Amino acid sequence: MTEKNATAYQVMWNRLLAVVEEQGQALIRAAFSPIVRDCGDISAGIFDIKARMLAQAVTGTPGHINTMAEAVKYLHEYFPTQAMKPGDIYMTNDPWIASGHLNDFLLMMPVFRKGHVVGFTSCTSHLVDLGGLGMGPEGADVYDEGLLVPPCKLVDGGEINAFLLEIVKANSREPIANEGDIYALIACCEIGATRLVEMMDEFGVDDLMPLADHIIDTSRRGTIEAIAEVPPGVYKNAMLIDGYEKQIELCGTLTVKADEMILDFAGTAGCSAKGINVPLNYATAYSVFAMRCIIGSDIPNNAGSLESFKVTGPPGCILNAQHPSPVAQRHTLGQMTPDLVYGCLHQAIPDRIPAEGASSMYDLPMRHAPEVARDGGRQFAVELTHNGGTGARPTKDGLSVTAFPSGVWGSQVEITEAVAPVLVRRREVRPGSGGAGKWRGGLGQSIEVTSANDAPFLVFLSVERISFPAEGRAGGMAGAPGRMRLDNKPDLPSKCELRIEPGETLYFDTPGGGGYGDPEQRERDLVAKDLEEGLITVETARDIYGLKEE
Amino acid sequence: MNSQNDLNADLRLAVDIGGTFTDVVLVDGNNRSLATTKTATTPDNPTRGALVGVRQVIDQAGVSLNQVVGFIHGTTLATNALIERRGAVVSTITTHGFRDILEIAYERRYSQYDINIEKPDFIVPRSRSFTIPERLSVNGDVLTPLNEGAVDALVEQLESVRTEAVAICLLHAYANPDHEQRLKTLLLERRPDLVISLSSDVSPEAREFERLSTTIANAYIQPLMSRYLDAFAKDFAKEGLTCPVLMMTAGGGMTTLETAARFPIRLVESGPAGGAILSADVSAQAGYDRVLSFDMGGTTAKLCLIDDHQPQTTRQFEISRAARFIKGSGMPVRIPVVDMIEIGAGGGSIASVDRLGRLTVGPRSAGSEPGPAAFDKGGVEATVTDSDVALGYIDPNAFAEGRLTIDVAKANGALEASVGRDLSLSALRAAEGVSQIVDEAMASAGRMHAVESGKDLGERVMIAFGGNGPLHATRVARRAGVKKILIPLDPGVGSAVGFLSAPVSFEIVRSRYTLLDQLDPHALNQLFDDMICEAEAVVRAGAPNEELRYERTAFMRYHGQGHEIEAHLEDRAFEGDDIDALRLAFEEEYKRQFTRVVPGMTIEILNWAVRVSTVEKERNVGSTSIAPTQITAKGRRSIQCDVTGGKVEAAVFERKELSPGNAFSGPALVVEPQTTTLVSADFTALVDNQGNLLLKRMINKGDLA
Repeated sequence: MTEKNATAYQVMWNRLLAVVEEQGQALIRAAFSPIVRDCGDISAGIFDIKARMLAQAVTGTPGHINTMAEAVKYLHEYFPTQAMKPGDIYMTNDPWIASGHLNDFLLMMPVFRKGHVVGFTSCTSHLVDLGGLGMGPEGADVYDEGLLVPPCKLVDGGEINAFLLEIVKANSREPIANEGDIYALIACCEIGATRLVEMMDEFGVDDLMPLADHIIDTSRRGTIEAIAEVPPGVYKNAMLIDGYEKQIELCGTLTVKADEMILDFAGTAGCSAKGINVPLNYATAYSVFAMRCIIGSDIPNNAGSLESFKVTGPPGCILNAQHPSPVAQRHTLGQMTPDLVYGCLHQAIPDRIPAEGASSMYDLPMRHAPEVARDGGRQFAVELTHNGGTGARPTKDGLSVTAFPSGVWGSQVEITEAVAPVLVRRREVRPGSGGAGKWRGGLGQSIEVTSANDAPFLVFLSVERISFPAEGRAGGMAGAPGRMRLDNKPDLPSKCELRIEPGETLYFDTPGGGGYGDPEQRERDLVAKDLEEGLITVETARDIYGLKEE
Repeated sequence: MNSQNDLNADLRLAVDIGGTFTDVVLVDGNNRSLATTKTATTPDNPTRGALVGVRQVIDQAGVSLNQVVGFIHGTTLATNALIERRGAVVSTITTHGFRDILEIAYERRYSQYDINIEKPDFIVPRSRSFTIPERLSVNGDVLTPLNEGAVDALVEQLESVRTEAVAICLLHAYANPDHEQRLKTLLLERRPDLVISLSSDVSPEAREFERLSTTIANAYIQPLMSRYLDAFAKDFAKEGLTCPVLMMTAGGGMTTLETAARFPIRLVESGPAGGAILSADVSAQAGYDRVLSFDMGGTTAKLCLIDDHQPQTTRQFEISRAARFIKGSGMPVRIPVVDMIEIGAGGGSIASVDRLGRLTVGPRSAGSEPGPAAFDKGGVEATVTDSDVALGYIDPNAFAEGRLTIDVAKANGALEASVGRDLSLSALRAAEGVSQIVDEAMASAGRMHAVESGKDLGERVMIAFGGNGPLHATRVARRAGVKKILIPLDPGVGSAVGFLSAPVSFEIVRSRYTLLDQLDPHALNQLFDDMICEAEAVVRAGAPNEELRYERTAFMRYHGQGHEIEAHLEDRAFEGDDIDALRLAFEEEYKRQFTRVVPGMTIEILNWAVRVSTVEKERNVGSTSIAPTQITAKGRRSIQCDVTGGKVEAAVFERKELSPGNAFSGPALVVEPQTTTLVSADFTALVDNQGNLLLKRMINKGDLA
């Protein structure tokens, strides 16, 4: 490599990163699916002719990390490149190929320049509805959950397969939104392809491979250097979580070698009869995300930075659910895997790993009761996203009411009340919910919701950490568990369908994060400040933190 | 300038107080610049530096201050007070049950992979957050009356934390301000010295977190800014100024001192807004409809899209970010602002090599102290300016009118030490690398900004200014796919020049949620009448007799979407039949941004806006056809060619010696007191009728694009 090439490669690398961000933005802006626009639940990437991922947009939810990289490899093998024509686009929503449930559609497009395929663009987006029982955990198998489109050609030489689109629309409660979202995906692939060709023209590059090698080699080297800082060994962790019918044990064994990290889920419980099972690609996405937050977090996602992280699991365990297990709510458990991984990593690098957090999102999907529609009342369907506290960090408190590992935005009350006939009576942090420690866990929040118009409505709950709170680390204490109830009735389980009658109030308390280190070692000023700010009680300050009253 | 005496009847002054320099411009009735100056900002009392600058231009032009009939002022004081946390002790009052709107915020990390982020500091801690029992519905109906009996206890709470200013933000107050207003009255009865900002005044839009945050920012700087504005006006009156002082706002308009003191938050970032106004004005004169404004200074570069001579505006803005330039790490403020993307790329931006061996530039900046290594004031890290010096683009003897000497050896040394060594590059190749990285970053930011706005950069004309804009314009344009560049007159003091073209204006945005099909024309007209009445009163105070323009806008989207699209309404009462026209306007704009409309979808409207402004003066549009005369330069200098990577001889021109019609090809440098324009080898240059420098990129050698 000549000295001039080094900067030229880097400029082109930066350009690729800008292109995928541009692709991602275009997709988010045109999306209909609320989870896409609020949470950036998409991915967009550029691949070389060997289907190695060169760049991926950094978006709000990590659920597509690695999944897209693997999916494109699959499609690349499935469809021979020689047979591809300019303007072709391939598609699938197979949960075991794309991103873990039917709602995620993945597209891949070959990029042609001067008559040859020079690379691929790809993107994934969450479609609103694919028929079946819809986005809930009630399906008995994936057939109950809606339409599965196997790998196929969506666009043939620029011509959209109209029949295929009709099938997708005919099998959806939201056909128009689905069509809109598929068009957005097509546009996203095309924008990426156009920009890639423009870049190659501008820089006078006919072959992307030297640049690809530069990106992948540089990233691999940086990642291996970061892994080398982790003491080699085998680290095991197990954690109990709520599950659906019964509690579930998740097990992880992390093997750290000089140049790779391998996570295995052996020992993890088998699948649930309900749709909370997780295909391995999705469990991998969140596990690798968790590791990459700690190890080489400054290196962009690409084939080079991802290849040193491997995730395996015995087929049939709940983190490697096999077809045709129901998987619609795979994110509820998928988002718990970072805590499983961190329990392993903490043994290797104790001063760099946060305590457990609320982790799984606290969603509030709500819609009108069936008879409201029949009687001509106000119909609505919204999905409010809320969160608990994150785990305390080795040198800082946890973050109160903040999403991690997901990157969702919380819903604001004034918007909620405009789009749905509900009244939020309260939304405040939960004093005392952060796990005590030298560094305190982030606090959860308390939300109270009631009907605003004397009509009943339904809520679909699928959360975690009701029975098993976020544990502390290094002597830190657990955060408060989540808690949900209707008025003064008994507490609700973590997954259920609920009907809220006029006059009834849903109390929805999200969990706090775990603490880090011995509470007695917390700086006295910080204990006093927490007390002054009303984040802990006088009793906690005295009894747990050992603050002497003055 | 032969009719100088007549034109002196309409002298106008602009004063732009920045963090480092205070720029002053004096123009005549034709907006022709009579004198400009850059003096050091005096942070302890910014008015002092402004007085120095104003005296200089008044003396230079040989006029007196009492002849000045227009005075426009912009300042970073409001922004700096927020960044440096020099404001009042603010407490908040929100609806009972909603004490933690700030603590909860967006529930979101602004940096995906960084587990050690700090949440932004929203000024008011939980211990100064208070609540009062009351509740309005989404329509503004009273669900729970304001508990007036709780006010005495509230006052005690406010006093216990030594409150100086109060931000009141009650749920749905944008729909009905009664409770907020009543609470303010009750508080003032008990504590007349409290400064109180109401969310229903400052930012009457739905979304309680942004509204509260905006109200806090306003309350925080209000005491400081009203003192400052008062003193500024008095000092200049003492100096002999007889006309009123108008303040430049972030939205690119002017407003009165009184309104500025009520809504000081609207004064943030008024300097950069002035730059965008300059571009808009130049684009109108030169007859360009699609423009990219490119303002590159010492620390940052700001890019802004200008369509049909109007800068793009937005209502989303962040101040004092915890992680500079990371979206979402700051305090959101919802006021009308010129929509700019700002990135940490300026002359002082520092270059370094990360652990992967990647060359990075900025956002860390050497600022003016110690400054780039070439300034020889103690800076040792290589900066963008050092790179430009090493590449030969900056004349070491003619920089900043010779007030700063440039040490080429120091620049080369720094490049070698902080970049070259790690990457085994010579100083010259390191300099090229720095330029490529920073220029790519600016081009990417521009492209990204265009994408987020649903627009394209391709056919835009770049208007480049600021101390480093003209120097980097061709390099950034080439990477952004822009083929035409305009360098206006006085590009170094662009913002202050821009102030002089700003209209007196005021914009109000108000939330009133409705489905398009259920729109009630009567209620809408009532809403617009109220908003117009309010905005008009503000504008009339600064422009009693001028003709006014009214713009009505609806912020619409398909039900289920998250991004709103602006649709313009006609300036008249809304009638039932207009619903279809509004649907068409929305669909047209939607199609433009997303190629196709979505048939059968429900459309909803969230916000409504009114902007009242003075009508711009008739601009004399310059004829674009001017006969070019090729000229040759007296001077030549050896520079590094940014196209071929080899040494070339560049022609060197003095800007002041160029006249309309003069034409030449790159490689060339055009030198003027506050900046230098690099005309790259693939560009031609032409001086147009107004004295602007017009650069065009040749796609193939000798072939005009």
